[in-house]
Amino acid sequence: MGATTAGLKAHPFVHEEGRRNYARSYWLFAMPAAVVVAAVIVFPWLFTLVMSVHDWKVSGNVYFVALRNYLHLTQDPRFLWAVARTLYFTTAAVVAPVLIGIWAAVCFASNFPLRGVARTIFIMPMMATPVAIALVWTMMFHPQLGVLNYLLSLVGLPPSGWVYSTTTVIPTLVMVETWQWTPLVMLIVLGGISGLPIDPYEAAIIDGANSWQMFRYITLPLVWPFIIVASVMRIIDALKTFDTIFVITNGGPGTSSETINMLLYQTAFGYYDLGYASAMVVVFFALILVISLALLRVRRMERWD
Amino acid sequence: MIGRRTLLTSTAAVLAMPAIVERAGAQPAFDWKQFKGQKLVLSLTKNPRADNLQQHEKEFEELTGIRVESEQMPEQQQRPKMVMELASGNPSFDVTHFSLHVSKRVVGVGRWLEDMRPYLANRKLTAPDYDWADMSPGALRAATQPDGRIDSLPLETDIWLVYYNRQIFQQKGLRFPQTFDEMLAAARKINDPANGVYGFVARGVKNANVPVWTNFLLGQGQETVTPDGTTLLTDTPEAIWAGEIYKTILRECAPPGVVGFNWNECQTSFMQGKIGMWMDGVGFTPPLLDPKVSKIVDRVGFGLMPAGPKAHHCSVFTDALGIPVRSKAKEAAYLYCQWATSKQMLLNMVNMGGGASPRLSTYNDPTLLKASPFGREWLDTLLASMKIARPGLPEIVPVTEFRDVFGIALTNMISGGDPAAELRKATEAFKPVLAQSLKT
Repeated sequence: MGATTAGLKAHPFVHEEGRRNYARSYWLFAMPAAVVVAAVIVFPWLFTLVMSVHDWKVSGNVYFVALRNYLHLTQDPRFLWAVARTLYFTTAAVVAPVLIGIWAAVCFASNFPLRGVARTIFIMPMMATPVAIALVWTMMFHPQLGVLNYLLSLVGLPPSGWVYSTTTVIPTLVMVETWQWTPLVMLIVLGGISGLPIDPYEAAIIDGANSWQMFRYITLPLVWPFIIVASVMRIIDALKTFDTIFVITNGGPGTSSETINMLLYQTAFGYYDLGYASAMVVVFFALILVISLALLRVRRMERWD
Repeated sequence: MIGRRTLLTSTAAVLAMPAIVERAGAQPAFDWKQFKGQKLVLSLTKNPRADNLQQHEKEFEELTGIRVESEQMPEQQQRPKMVMELASGNPSFDVTHFSLHVSKRVVGVGRWLEDMRPYLANRKLTAPDYDWADMSPGALRAATQPDGRIDSLPLETDIWLVYYNRQIFQQKGLRFPQTFDEMLAAARKINDPANGVYGFVARGVKNANVPVWTNFLLGQGQETVTPDGTTLLTDTPEAIWAGEIYKTILRECAPPGVVGFNWNECQTSFMQGKIGMWMDGVGFTPPLLDPKVSKIVDRVGFGLMPAGPKAHHCSVFTDALGIPVRSKAKEAAYLYCQWATSKQMLLNMVNMGGGASPRLSTYNDPTLLKASPFGREWLDTLLASMKIARPGLPEIVPVTEFRDVFGIALTNMISGGDPAAELRKATEAFKPVLAQSLKT
């Protein structure tokens, strides 16, 4: 304690007899940022919490209902299915891009003709606007007129229902997500690979290791932190996916692609039930928070420094 | 002896007489310029009706001297935006364009829009040739709230009919069906999946699919709720019959993937010439006759909705214009609504294929058939439909939730679900939502 006080006194801006106290005027500089944060983050959150404990319809009166909206969520099969679908979609939309992204990064790390051109083409999907590409995919998925079923017919395969079938809709949406976001994973992992030392590989070659062994026992452990970073980003993005699903299926057919995001949007802006939608937002936020914290903990455990 | 002064006075009086008589007999001209210099902001739903309004916007500005700033937004975004802004008490627009079949009760319960009755009764604000009595009874009913307020002016009534491919019907030796049973039989006869030909197509995607089912239900002389809007009629034997025919015709005779079809997928498929019949709104006519996008320009037939076992109706959906009570330019906004729903503007709308006019006089206009690019059959079908039209959706506050809940039941039917079980389940799920909406 004494050391702390001594340290503070030694600080050039701490008030002492005859010296100006700069610390007191610092709040003026922090104020604009604090006001912005309070207005655009803290206030909406507090307001959402308040709405979630009310029966709050746009055109009706507002009643305090305590935790009734939250209790209703636990008994609402549509919401519970939306949670399950969100987890299913997220898992698939993270695993596929990460696996393909790692494979692509390893490929692009080696030298081959026109590597630069190939890499540029590979990252193009990531640069496109999600809503625009979603519209293009929607046309390609049309069961009778879409180009995808035509391509299947060329190789003798039967037509697929794509997003027009309750069983194939989520795998198809995952395919779109994978197409668009694999380049991001590839770029992150490729950044990791390009910074790796050459020595371990030279030693491994002298010891007679093959390509798979070098990847498994050298490359993968060394780029693991980069893979974790890419995975965290993908998980958060996949959980929040809205634009692609909204444009391509709007949660359908039926509710077979209705994730939490789609359901809460419909509840708030279709049914105008702001109280119940706010309860969904709070639960969804908690879900994202728990998953993100778990991943950050995994990342900390995996640190190799 | 007549003096010179008397003669001159008398002559002047005689010469002036026609002008005096004309002035005394005529009504004062309506002053369209009374709000000159004001500015209006319009929130329009993206559709051909809004296109018609925007195409003629300059004419309104020249007529009134009022400046107009209009914006079209897709309905999925415009609907919640309108409701949220009206609920906030500070809307950014002076006139809003909306669907009565979706938003009528929510704006009615909120009392967010001006009651038009005082405006319509005000001779200073309503032109003598506006003719409110010319609006069809169906449109008047749609625009009137249960408490008698008229808080919008009808802009369009979208009639549902059956588009059919004449060539396919001729090849199969079929005549256009008069009943739903005949329609199912014709669809089965046309259906030839091996050659990529299907008998029938209609909306399968949830929410949008409900009007298809309610059109079948109207054939039983029944709507989905009681007239007072308090009791659901969605699991009655008649409703289940409508569910059965919906399931049968779409499962047996529609293209694969129809469970995810909205009107645009149906339209695209129909325009390729491989579909026998398509049931939907008349407002989707223009692209079918556009050679740039349609392969069936010379083969499109327009058929009246077939009859059901107990009644013969088709569904109707109404678009309207309303003025927020918080608008600062209500009178100028009323002039706009009046102009937009005038006889000439609605005639323009019908001629561009933007939908059916809510005015009866439109169909008596001698220029209509000459100007319309859609032909005699289209016009005859429209006229016949106007006489049998009934609302295709219930007039309740949670209408979107109604469409979702029953839309999911209908998609489940296409996937093989039992209509009776699905409709009972949906009815039970929706009962508390309706009850709750009646309390607030």
